[in-house]
Amino acid sequence: MYENEPAFFETSPKPGVVGKPLDRVDGRDKVMGRAKYSAEYPLPGLTYGVLKTSDIAKGRIQRIDTSAAQKEPGVLAIYTHENLPKLAKTPNDPDGKKAIGAPMGFLPMTSDVVHYAGQPVALVVADTFERATHAARLVQVTYAAEQPIAAYTDPKAQLFNPEKIQDGKADGYTRRGDARAAMASAPVKMTAVYTHAINHHNPMEPGATTAIWEGPDRLTVYESTQGVTRTQKALSTMLGLPQDQVRVITKYLGGGFGCKGSCWPHTVLTVQAAKALGRPVKLVLTRQQQFTSMGHREDQTQTLSAGATQDGKLLALIHEKTATTSPWDNYTESNSKIINMLYECPTFESHYELGRANVMTSTFTRAPGEAPGSFAIECLMDDLAYKLGIDPIEIRLRNYAEKDPSTGQAWSSKGLRECYARGAELFGWSKRNPKAGQTRDGRTLVGWGMATASYPVHNSQGTARVRLYADGHAVVQSGATDLGTGTYTVMTQVAADSLGLPPEKIRFELGDTKLPTAPNSGGSVAAGTVSSSVYMAAQDVWERLTKMAIKDPKSPLFKAKPEEVVMEKGRLQLKKNASKGEDFKALMKRAGMDDIEGSGQGKYGAGYEAGQSTAAAGDAHKDEAAKHSMHSFGAHFCEVHVDPDLGTVRVKRWVSVHAAGRILNAKTARSQIIGGSIFGIGAALMEATARDPHYARYTNADLAEYHIPVNADIPEMTVEFIDEHDPFINAMGVKGIGEISMVGVSAAVANAVFHATGKRVRDLPITPDKILGTKAV
Amino acid sequence: MNNFTYLQATQAKEATAAVRDSKDAAFIAGGTTLLDLMKLNVENHGQLVDINMLAFKGIEQTSDGLRIGALERMSDVGENPLVLQNYPAVSQSLLLAASPQLRNMASIGGNLLQRTRCGYFRDTAFPCNKRQPGSGCPAQDGENRGLAILGTSKSCIATFPGDLAVALVALDAVLLLENAKGKQRRVPLVDFHLLPGTTPQKETVLEPGELIVSVTIPAAAHARKSTYLKVRDRTSYAYALASAAVGLDVQSGTIRSARVALGGVGTKPWRSLAAEKILTGAPATEATFRAAAAAAVRDAQPREQNRFKVELAQNTLVRALTELTTA
Ligand SMILES: Cc1cc2nc3c(=O)[nH]c(=O)nc-3n(C[C@H](O)[C@H](O)[C@H](O)COP(=O)(O)OP(=O)(O)OC[C@H]3O[C@@H](n4cnc5c(N)ncnc54)[C@H](O)[C@@H]3O)c2cc1C
Ligand code: SF4
Repeated sequence: MYENEPAFFETSPKPGVVGKPLDRVDGRDKVMGRAKYSAEYPLPGLTYGVLKTSDIAKGRIQRIDTSAAQKEPGVLAIYTHENLPKLAKTPNDPDGKKAIGAPMGFLPMTSDVVHYAGQPVALVVADTFERATHAARLVQVTYAAEQPIAAYTDPKAQLFNPEKIQDGKADGYTRRGDARAAMASAPVKMTAVYTHAINHHNPMEPGATTAIWEGPDRLTVYESTQGVTRTQKALSTMLGLPQDQVRVITKYLGGGFGCKGSCWPHTVLTVQAAKALGRPVKLVLTRQQQFTSMGHREDQTQTLSAGATQDGKLLALIHEKTATTSPWDNYTESNSKIINMLYECPTFESHYELGRANVMTSTFTRAPGEAPGSFAIECLMDDLAYKLGIDPIEIRLRNYAEKDPSTGQAWSSKGLRECYARGAELFGWSKRNPKAGQTRDGRTLVGWGMATASYPVHNSQGTARVRLYADGHAVVQSGATDLGTGTYTVMTQVAADSLGLPPEKIRFELGDTKLPTAPNSGGSVAAGTVSSSVYMAAQDVWERLTKMAIKDPKSPLFKAKPEEVVMEKGRLQLKKNASKGEDFKALMKRAGMDDIEGSGQGKYGAGYEAGQSTAAAGDAHKDEAAKHSMHSFGAHFCEVHVDPDLGTVRVKRWVSVHAAGRILNAKTARSQIIGGSIFGIGAALMEATARDPHYARYTNADLAEYHIPVNADIPEMTVEFIDEHDPFINAMGVKGIGEISMVGVSAAVANAVFHATGKRVRDLPITPDKILGTKAV
Repeated sequence: MNNFTYLQATQAKEATAAVRDSKDAAFIAGGTTLLDLMKLNVENHGQLVDINMLAFKGIEQTSDGLRIGALERMSDVGENPLVLQNYPAVSQSLLLAASPQLRNMASIGGNLLQRTRCGYFRDTAFPCNKRQPGSGCPAQDGENRGLAILGTSKSCIATFPGDLAVALVALDAVLLLENAKGKQRRVPLVDFHLLPGTTPQKETVLEPGELIVSVTIPAAAHARKSTYLKVRDRTSYAYALASAAVGLDVQSGTIRSARVALGGVGTKPWRSLAAEKILTGAPATEATFRAAAAAAVRDAQPREQNRFKVELAQNTLVRALTELTTA
């Protein structure tokens, strides 16, 4: 089946460690408390910053009285918009925002204007955290408050159709064929409205910054970020420093889920305070502040209409989304992308409508767009299946897209059929009662649901460096981030196999702008891009060593042709005659070399079919990449038990099967899928931030009242992967699984709830009140 | 959180006097409610008087019933064999509450004095009559999904969030209190918490400096056959949307005595004498249970987001009664 595929590790011992369920290489440090997170660097002279945030959601600051706070022991400085040094650039204008790469076109504490509740208005620095906290409370702010707008649902909110959404990255209007005409003549029509609550990422580790100025124009920041380079660029641009004068370090991250994908205001404010004070400053957001500091998934309504034939073939899809955005940005997740590509459908149309409100700008939240978009399309497919009496899997197969309907391109690979089949087998789908509301277990109603998952492989590239020592150790580096998901571990595995060394001889370093540049760990690009970079860097080392060997008269490989030489368990030898060759250590010793370095670039669209396996590899032909649509696919299956009297929904069984290219580590990959599915179950059943309609302020900004699943909510989960070899994606054939794990989850749950009860809940989360209150369709 | 001084009291008198004589002192037991509210600046105490050294301990049989010291921890009481055997509703109400870590820390006295989870109350940026008398109640037309439908007033609709008090109030528990003069008094728990009325800031009948010493639960057939059912947004570690504590003494299909209280729906732990009246002497049937449930919420005054609680509370009560009579 994969006859064209070169063995990726043709130069390494087989079987290697890639794909094996290797334990986390950083696991021991984490459980021993030795892994240092960004707020855990005890720098000499460290001071503590605490934010004072706005009580009101709209208005102006009239007066800030810091006199009481100033008198408190230990207080070193209090910064407000009045005394904070000016920045070289702010995101307050579109050009500045673009140059900075800011997630929000507004930087607090640059003026007296208040645009949202929880906006920073002062930063207090003291010699201890407790003293800073106390003093922040004593800062008295007088506001001239105005009536805020809380959401797009406010009748006073002005709704508009943006030309572009997501900072210009996606279109506000899309049209493929004539969906309206196709809809009008479709024999079967359906329309439904789906709403999604505000969700917050809530990583365990809140936003945290430790800033130290090493000199008047040299800055080091320990930052809780998914991308050190993006933070470096943002800070250096705002500060007017060359990028190299700013060093950003993130050795460990306690989760991110998108909220740490950008450089948010608290980071630069901390940096400014450290500069003004002349001492290092550490600032950690409180859990309450976390809700108004690093974005969220916006409140939104989708209307999805479908036209289909009597046998369930889609003819038209029309999607409309209305959502809340901030006073300045046109940010909203692009839900329509997945709806446009998931099934074969000749026509498609989508519109976005936004309402400005007094909230901060929302941001990417795990599977941005794909998560809520899949909720709409996957519930609708389910409705269509019931309406036409077709099995939910069967209706998806009838609409199976053999190429990407949104672009017409061939898939680089697509293992979705296999995911359906294997998932159904593991779950026992064939025993499903086709009728909804028919299965009981005592008082509870039992329902089965499934949904499709898909997530694109995003364009990205990165670099890595390998230093191989003559004693058989190697240091491998790439400025990537490990969100806690296992980047350290999987890159150690890739480096081990690429270098023919056991994993314990590899030290993989990441999370520092001093290292070769890697992309943000977001959009599921890290695993594929960084692993390919590491692999390419190792290849570079072997090429150098091969060149040395064939020029070295003392080498058995003297005068061999480079393409005839392979690496096997650290030994360079002839492809055709393994006995002719030598260990790299011997070669390096003779040359008097202690170590040798190689570097490599991992690129999107640079799989082996794109010429990756040759020496010139890494150089993806643009047209090659552009010929294919690259996506991961998967299917989730779930069983819920619904108590119709009490309204409770409990997930009792879960099966997820994904086809996501090469799986680098069976254990960390399984954990990713479990984590994403739980994230999705949270969104499906309980996650919702409540924003008061009059005050535009959250009323449940803590983890006691913002519910995320606890262990008791989650059953044993079955996770499998389809063995998939993608020849185009990147050198390692890795698609990434961080986001797809969440796509389709809320629909699978909602579909199971429908199967259990015959009631369709299209309003997330599906809390007991909605089970009790929803009328049957 | 503001600065405070800390006093560890070894005698009840020392503790009660310290709190009575100071305008902003508070007792601290497990601290799981108090420190939270201090960190949020909802409560600002200049002095904390630690009462954990006081002898308010022990779980023992007395002629009045089971006496539980106010400083016993939730986990110990929840797992105590006497409680498990004779007051299953009490045990369940404790073990279904909070998390194991919190239950290991939290005391029985503190539990009865925990304060509402109303989001407006817990955030000083909002007006709130309970926190700042006269400032208003934004919950009435705001985020009130979790708030009360029973015992509400124009001033406040905050739910009493605890579980234990609901079970105890159903089973006629009586508190022993002690004031700064060393004087003790007994107060039935049902009279301990106050309705918000126009003074939602006043939550109990405790005088300044008065301590809860212990709680006594009378022995009864309906206490031995009792249960606590809690419905919430997630399976564990969440406050009740609605809960029911019920105790029944059923003989040959007829209910001889009944105890009913609702949680998660009242501004105080909600004993329903109306429901008990319907149950007592009636056959233990679904029809009886439904009638009792209807009576229990007859006076409900739901707001926009918590309307579902009227149905949920009834269903919860019916389910609890049904489980008790079919188990
Ligand atoms: C995240 C979270 C979830 C929770 N979930 C639940 C739940 O599901 N169900 C539930 O019932 N509870 C729940 N709780 C509340 C918890 O049970 C209470 O916080 C706890 O019982 C309080 O006991 P404590 O000893 O810590 O009280 P403290 O915090 O020490 O004191 C609370 C108050 O009581 C006063 N006080 C304490 N002891 C005495 C005494 N003997 N005499 C007079 N005054 C006294 C204190 O001055 C203070 O005002 C939860 C709490 C948290 C933080
Ligand atoms: S319901 Fe009570 S506690 Fe909540 S805001 Fe109103 S007055 Fe305050």
